[in-house]
Amino acid sequence: MQSGSRLGSDHIRDETTLAVRDLWVTYQARRGAVKAVRGVSFDIRLGETIAFIGESGCGKTTLGLALIRLLPKTATIARGGVTYARNGVDADVLAMDPNALREFRWKECAMIFQGAQNAFNPVLRIRDQVWDTARAHGESDSQRIRTRMLELFRLVSLDPERAMNAYPHELSGGMRQRVLLALGLLLDPQLIILDEPTTALDILTQRSVIEVLRNLRQQLDFSLILISHDLSLAAELTDRVGTMYAGALVEVADVMDTYYRPYHPYTIGLIRAVPTLSGARRDLISIPGSPPDLIEPPTGCSFHPRCPYATAPCDKAQPGLETVGLNHQVACWNWQTVIADQGARLATEAARRD
Amino acid sequence: MVAFWHGLGTTLRLLTRNPVGFIGFLGVVFFIVLSFVVPHLVPLDRTTKIDQVYAAASWQHPLGTDFSGRDVLSHVIHGGRDVLTIAFLAGAISTLIAVTLGSLSALAGGTVDSAIMGLADIVLTIPQFPLLIVLAGLLRFNSVVILAVILGLLSWPSLTRAIRAQVLSLRERDFVEAARALDLGTRHIILREIMPNMASYLVVSLIFAMTAAVYAQVGLVFLGLVPLSGTNWGVMLQLAWTKGAIFYPKALWYIMGPVLAIALFQLALVFASRSLEEVFNPRLRTGV
Amino acid sequence: MAPIMQLVNLSRSFKVGRATVHAVDDVTLSIHEGEVVCLVGESGCGKTTTGKMAVGLLRPSSGEVRFRGQDIWKMNTRDFRVYRQAAQIIHQDPYSSLNPTQTVADIISAPLLRHGAARSRHAARDQVAELLHRVDMTPPDDYLDKYPHQLSGGQRQRVSVARALTVNPSFIMADEAVSMLDVSIRVSLLKMLGRFRSEMGMTYLFITHDLAVAKFFAWDGRIAVMYLGRVVEIGPTARLIGHPQHPYTQALLSALPEADPVATRQKERVQLRSMDVPSLMNIPRGCSFHPRCLLFEPGLCDVAAPQLVDIGHATEVACHVLARQHGLQ
Repeated sequence: MQSGSRLGSDHIRDETTLAVRDLWVTYQARRGAVKAVRGVSFDIRLGETIAFIGESGCGKTTLGLALIRLLPKTATIARGGVTYARNGVDADVLAMDPNALREFRWKECAMIFQGAQNAFNPVLRIRDQVWDTARAHGESDSQRIRTRMLELFRLVSLDPERAMNAYPHELSGGMRQRVLLALGLLLDPQLIILDEPTTALDILTQRSVIEVLRNLRQQLDFSLILISHDLSLAAELTDRVGTMYAGALVEVADVMDTYYRPYHPYTIGLIRAVPTLSGARRDLISIPGSPPDLIEPPTGCSFHPRCPYATAPCDKAQPGLETVGLNHQVACWNWQTVIADQGARLATEAARRD
Repeated sequence: MVAFWHGLGTTLRLLTRNPVGFIGFLGVVFFIVLSFVVPHLVPLDRTTKIDQVYAAASWQHPLGTDFSGRDVLSHVIHGGRDVLTIAFLAGAISTLIAVTLGSLSALAGGTVDSAIMGLADIVLTIPQFPLLIVLAGLLRFNSVVILAVILGLLSWPSLTRAIRAQVLSLRERDFVEAARALDLGTRHIILREIMPNMASYLVVSLIFAMTAAVYAQVGLVFLGLVPLSGTNWGVMLQLAWTKGAIFYPKALWYIMGPVLAIALFQLALVFASRSLEEVFNPRLRTGV
Repeated sequence: MAPIMQLVNLSRSFKVGRATVHAVDDVTLSIHEGEVVCLVGESGCGKTTTGKMAVGLLRPSSGEVRFRGQDIWKMNTRDFRVYRQAAQIIHQDPYSSLNPTQTVADIISAPLLRHGAARSRHAARDQVAELLHRVDMTPPDDYLDKYPHQLSGGQRQRVSVARALTVNPSFIMADEAVSMLDVSIRVSLLKMLGRFRSEMGMTYLFITHDLAVAKFFAWDGRIAVMYLGRVVEIGPTARLIGHPQHPYTQALLSALPEADPVATRQKERVQLRSMDVPSLMNIPRGCSFHPRCLLFEPGLCDVAAPQLVDIGHATEVACHVLARQHGLQ
């Protein structure tokens, strides 16, 4: 039996690896422009793990694709900046030409898409697909690639020889996911983006993938962006959590703050709607209403039609992220009221936990 | 009543969404009008004018004249009726057979399914055209209806297979299972649950059955196997062959008349099938 | 009084090419009127197949499904019709459980018209509106003439529920009914279903792979855990979650990540002997869990499949080692 460790923040360095400023992404649909990502800004430091959580349509996948510039043709990055830093050198990701982009992708930043474990070429063995990927990104030393892959497979708890020589259908979903993680690490990127890595996996398989990810983070040096609607996954692995709603980042906080001291009404609603296994059965509360139309979002704060704290200024202007505590930012006009209101309730819950 | 006109208006509006489809739709309408309405306005030129044999196109004879000096355009106008009627009838018959047998096969399964598919395989392996030729010798293809029925009876197998596959996949859908749980009955399931979800597929099948029927009948008439009286595009081509028109360069206009009519009609049908998806898919209907 | 639903030695196999897949193997389960039983397990464990047999949409290969004491496949036509309407299903996928070519009014009025509850389309509309009220879709007029693709996932599921209610069922099999919905919407749907229990005495067989949802929905009911086609543990929810007995249940509960960072990072993880999941076409001999089980004893666990035995606290487990510990073997 092994127990998980409480993560300290000593693995996070001060250097910023990715800086995103005021990013706007729009899709062109028949009815109009879908504002999928609206003014998102954040920094990621070396060695940090951050999760972007939110429900369907909140823009988190679009955000991930935008960072690596793999948006579909119907999408445009309307505004904003993405800066990637390595060894003190800054690079503007949005301005990169195709060659620089190819260097950037997989070598500096790798992304594993949602459902990618089903996107393997069924007629090629794993080792051929690994080789194809490596070559596509400029690596030509097959011996070195092979050694590195075997080493990475061991790191993700796969039998190296068996996995290398297998066809995709001979491996289970969980195993394919681990192959992808190893593949992502092949060229030693500094940043990895995972989009829903454990959705569609069984509980026990999910656990093995989570443990593999934890192990990888302890052994290797990279920053991780986790995109997921699964709050429990974010609770397992992250240092910081960003909550997204209707394309905007509404709260960014340390993982403990997000789950125990959330200050944005949407995050609060989300945490209170998810059942947990441990502890007594607590009553769950759903958030009334439904997510807004992204072509014609509500005026002002996009959450205000569903918000129990909504007041007069809320339908006039969209609030920006404001720092309300140590490493804690909230986009809400009434954050002071919310904090005061949550104060008593959260204090008792925290006392019970500690 | 109001709902009907409203629905018709919506359908027409939807058809315009796909330009190619709309052109096809207009083309089909054009040929229908040409073959069924215009003949009442334009008389068939039966007079022999020896001095105007194989004349080139002119204002008087926009498509030239034939081997007897008769106006080709009037023959083209009158020549579409049989072709279109047989096409619609044969297409409808084979689609009807295919829908019945295909859904029966898919829903009943087991021995019924094997029997119907076996029959389909047998009919498929028979070479169609030689069979038609043999039948032409045995029966008398002297009426439009008989020819349409024969053609319809011969082309159902591949359509049936395709429809069976569609019904099989629709049968597994959750909403069909829910209909079973609610005890809505087999008839309801076929007519209200499964068929409406195949509507565009069915109409496309009908259209292609029609194009096949057009080629089959033109081929038969061209070979002189079908003693249809009157004038139709196939007969025009047959006469072109027997009268030696194809060896005569000036007779080009005479030949091009029916050839263009047939080809353009087929093209119109195929193009029209493109806009059907717009009409039958509710998601596209409501513009979301 | 007989339980409303009894599954007795229920089995179902499928032929895949030349191999046979034993999707459900000898499942026995009784559900009482007004009770909630959750069927949990990972993919391929046979929970959906079991559920579909319970509502008569799938014929068992062997065993019986008894509704109010009567074997459903031996009923006469009239009794079967009564059963048919009494047992309904709510599907998992809100995007395929509604006919895309029908409006909400069409969908919900079809059973009303078919079974004579309404005489005409027009008359049915009022009843449809009332049903939409009951599933919290208000005002109903906003939804009557909408097509499924114009509704959100949660709304579609509500329409599915309304449709099931048209025939006044007493037993609902919910097959992962909230798994494809956003988390903030799941709760309201679960609460709505719970309301029907208190309002109408509805009985539920709730299938899910999410134990946290099972805990919430079936808090005063029971949970049955399935593995490779068999039930391995069944007991009251609070007991099963707090003190799981079967090694597989323990592994599942310990492996589940939770939306609580401290709790989830400090949880003790059960390590299994093997991570390979056996294929349903090649189920291990004896207890199907033995290749992965920490309690494995050669000679005991790899010979015969264990039966469910009562080990107290209203809990039954299928495990040779546990049975022996409780002096039952």
